[in-house]
Amino acid sequence: MIVEGPAIKFGDKIDTDIIIPARHLKYTDPKYLAEHAMEPLDPEFHKKASKGVILVAGKVFGMGSSREQAAIALKAAGVKAIVAESFARIFYRNSINNGLPVIVVPNITKEVNEGDMIKVNVETGEVIANGKVLKGKGITGMALEILNTGSLIDYLKKVSIRQTN
Amino acid sequence: MSSQTLTEKILSQASGKTVTEGDVIEAAVDIVAFHDLTGYHVIEVMEKAGMVKVFDKGKIVIAFDHLAPPPDVRSAEIQGNIRKFVKDVKIPYFYDINVGILHELLVEKYAQPGQVIVAADSHTTTSGALGAFAQGMGASDVAAAAITGKTWLVVPSSFKVTLEGEPAKWITGKDVALKLLGDFKAEYFNGKSIEVFVKNPSAFPMDYRATTSNMGIEMNADALMFVPDSETLRYVKQMRGYETKLVTPDSEARYPEEYTIELNKMEPLVAAPYSVDNVKTAGEVQGTPIDQVYIGSCTNGRLSDFEIAARIMKGKKVKSRCIAIPASYEMFKEALERGYINTLFEAGCIVTYGTCGPCLGGHFGVAGPGEVILSTSSRNFRGRMGSNESKTYLSGPAVAAASAIAGKISLPGDVE
Repeated sequence: MIVEGPAIKFGDKIDTDIIIPARHLKYTDPKYLAEHAMEPLDPEFHKKASKGVILVAGKVFGMGSSREQAAIALKAAGVKAIVAESFARIFYRNSINNGLPVIVVPNITKEVNEGDMIKVNVETGEVIANGKVLKGKGITGMALEILNTGSLIDYLKKVSIRQTN
Repeated sequence: MSSQTLTEKILSQASGKTVTEGDVIEAAVDIVAFHDLTGYHVIEVMEKAGMVKVFDKGKIVIAFDHLAPPPDVRSAEIQGNIRKFVKDVKIPYFYDINVGILHELLVEKYAQPGQVIVAADSHTTTSGALGAFAQGMGASDVAAAAITGKTWLVVPSSFKVTLEGEPAKWITGKDVALKLLGDFKAEYFNGKSIEVFVKNPSAFPMDYRATTSNMGIEMNADALMFVPDSETLRYVKQMRGYETKLVTPDSEARYPEEYTIELNKMEPLVAAPYSVDNVKTAGEVQGTPIDQVYIGSCTNGRLSDFEIAARIMKGKKVKSRCIAIPASYEMFKEALERGYINTLFEAGCIVTYGTCGPCLGGHFGVAGPGEVILSTSSRNFRGRMGSNESKTYLSGPAVAAASAIAGKISLPGDVE
């Protein structure tokens, strides 16, 4: 799976209260969540992301709450993949479970500027930015299977059908 | 199998094979839990997957806490839908709005040493206080675990922390959590499981342990477990009336990293805005004016927190607004019987029980623009407790109570 797009850049420790504030958690409609993604830092984020972007961020992206709406909001806003120096565990799983590729690339924030076109190979973890090839951690195994199926829900349906047959 | 850490021992047992760090395993789960705010999402995932069923009714725990009592129509609707699920699926361990906060109930009634617990809330790490490998997960993962009784995990690296000595005056579980956050920062324990050995078990009681484990997620640890000991036995016997079995690491277990905290040398700590690892001594931020104090949440809503707050507030009046929320019916009842609730009430606090409300800027004390809050809860992210232009400091109950009395961040000695 290869995804491409311009980068929107954030720093370290972007927490889930920034990605989607708690007051929006009473809803799960992706369209509603998209409009409020990253609201505390940039209320216009969803407009910038709507054409399809790659998020580039620093350390422990998605730290904090277990709210799955964080991954849903970013994906629905137009984020095609997130490349970060590290991810918080729960957010990482939530992203894969909702079909949003997440790639760990050390020092990525030093190599990419806002607006740069970048290309991400989700399986190998290879990221091409500014003519440079950066080596990251790709998605493999069951996580890749979930991502390729589209979501954990679709994967569950598939596994359940497999078992029934 | 003879030299395993607690993490390895639990995850070997749960997956039916000997595991080591980095292994991706399928683990059987002992408890799956969710609350009102995440619960409707969990059920929604089940519905979309076409599998509204659970693997074992007796292993599901549901408690209403985030939207309790409902602050608006949508919250009431969410709770109504979950009550219907509870009825349809016949879930026996269901707690409506009058019982308490999910993580506190898991500690009081369900968590056991050696279990694997997953729940749709990040602060699930709290059950690590009893030596359970407890992780928060998103709605999809929890729905999958509830349906199948299994989840996949990456075996984390074990990090040993030893607590030595008796805590210095006013030092509790919050200070230990903040000490680890300040010394290692919020990303260090990513992919690690923290195992805490208490040299003198009775000096660091279950209340303190629950607070420290609760903030394991702020350290981004996979789990923060206290190695079960005589205090674990005492607590389970006292709260539930039965003996629990201890599950402990092997004496030969190897830990890649170790760290020791000398409790007698600690001083009260505070996390300043806007990060849990922006840790300072309370003395460094002493005098900062505050608008509101919040004592409670799944982090610090236990009896010892209210005992400390009552000791400091006795016979005094608060200068800032103060909201105090024991985490459960049991905690409220005991605090009521011991007179702590009355003391806080007479000092001018608003007291209720069993809601997460203010911690997540939900209801019952939302921060306005420009306001400064001192909270015993777990997070001080931007906008966490309300307005993006508000600021939250985090502390233990002693600094919080003293600050409420003084109307500015204070040490307990300042108001004694």
